[in-house]
Amino acid sequence: MSRALGPFAAVLSRDLLLAWRGRADVLVTLAFFVVVVCLFPFGVGAEPNLLRTIAPGVLWVAALLSTLLSLHRLFAQDHADGTLEQLLLTPEPTVLWVVAKISAHWIATGLPLVVVAPGLALLFDVEQGALGVLILSLALGTPILALLGAVGAALTLGLRGGGMLLALLVLPLFVPVLIFGAGAVDAYLSGSGAQAHLLLLGGGLLASLALAPLACAAALRIAVE
Amino acid sequence: MLYANALACVKGDRPLFRGLSLRVAPGDLLRVAGPNGFGKTSLLRILCGLAMPESGEIRWNDVPINSDRESYHRALLYLGHAPSLNDLLTPLENLRFACSSGGDKVDEDACIDALVRIGLAQQLDLPARVLSQGQRRRVGLARLFLEADRKLWILDEPFTALDVAAVADLTATLSEHCAAGGMVVLTTHQDAPFAKAPAVLDLAEVAC
Repeated sequence: MSRALGPFAAVLSRDLLLAWRGRADVLVTLAFFVVVVCLFPFGVGAEPNLLRTIAPGVLWVAALLSTLLSLHRLFAQDHADGTLEQLLLTPEPTVLWVVAKISAHWIATGLPLVVVAPGLALLFDVEQGALGVLILSLALGTPILALLGAVGAALTLGLRGGGMLLALLVLPLFVPVLIFGAGAVDAYLSGSGAQAHLLLLGGGLLASLALAPLACAAALRIAVE
Repeated sequence: MLYANALACVKGDRPLFRGLSLRVAPGDLLRVAGPNGFGKTSLLRILCGLAMPESGEIRWNDVPINSDRESYHRALLYLGHAPSLNDLLTPLENLRFACSSGGDKVDEDACIDALVRIGLAQQLDLPARVLSQGQRRRVGLARLFLEADRKLWILDEPFTALDVAAVADLTATLSEHCAAGGMVVLTTHQDAPFAKAPAVLDLAEVAC
């Protein structure tokens, strides 16, 4: 067990260290999220009831777009400098370090969104009780975005215009997450309870955790060939 | 023992070589020769299992490498064209990651010793982006000092950008590895000062 954990921990800690050293990139993603969310009141007008209604959707769409913004970085540097080849040649299962890389990516880019989202929700006058549901839905949903997005990032690795293709490839896959994520907050606000939506998100997280790394590993093997 | 039989490689539409067979036994040092564009790097990547050959098979200790990837890659050390250095990490961090991600236990002192031995004593704590080409090369090569227990070394142009003293040290290390029962497959355009002339596989002879 500890032998398998060694490479996992090595990749996770290295990627977190890299995210820290290149924190400007991480902050840009976060700033993008904040700016996009803040643009909406200017666009639709400062009518409190309207803002309260659209808040969950706005926050979720912004989270989804800023996730997309950072996805191409997931494997690009390692692909360019040859680290990816070395990782594929390690005796450990590819899935293991793929999960480590995605986890580090989510901690660096997804977790900050979950942390700042409640503050932004207050700007939209979302009632306090719904904040917990929003945090929970983002905490369950953004890892799914990272996992699904990683498959897209691996498939478009090294392609010309890969960024655009990546968006076309993964945005449709993000739709169910968006529906249940934003829907959880709406359901809570309408009084029907968010449990069903959150359970579905949790199930989606488990399913993508089981399947996405396998697809990602296969795509990476093709990408280096 | 590494054994390849009737390998063929096609890049795009262009066949590079066909009917290539080779055998590397413990103690052997094989030099893959041939002009640019004849598929030296492609051959090494196929031997590593990074790329699939068009046809033919590769066996490690009589087992096809695809059916037991794990034990083959546990015995393999490949250093390719790209030095696999991250510019934001120091040489020491890069080296430690290269070893630990491969599942090898690494000792910080051993890593420092390897980097000092290869001539990077002054650069241990600098980010890799300030290193010269030759110095970047050396960080990758420092793994050779740490991973002698990996039997098969496959090295793509290991001598590129190295100075004379470093080339001499590297050839001595390779000869030592072979003498201890290891195997080395490498490509080079330079005449490296090997004590015993290595076996040569000339890709021009099997080119299509």
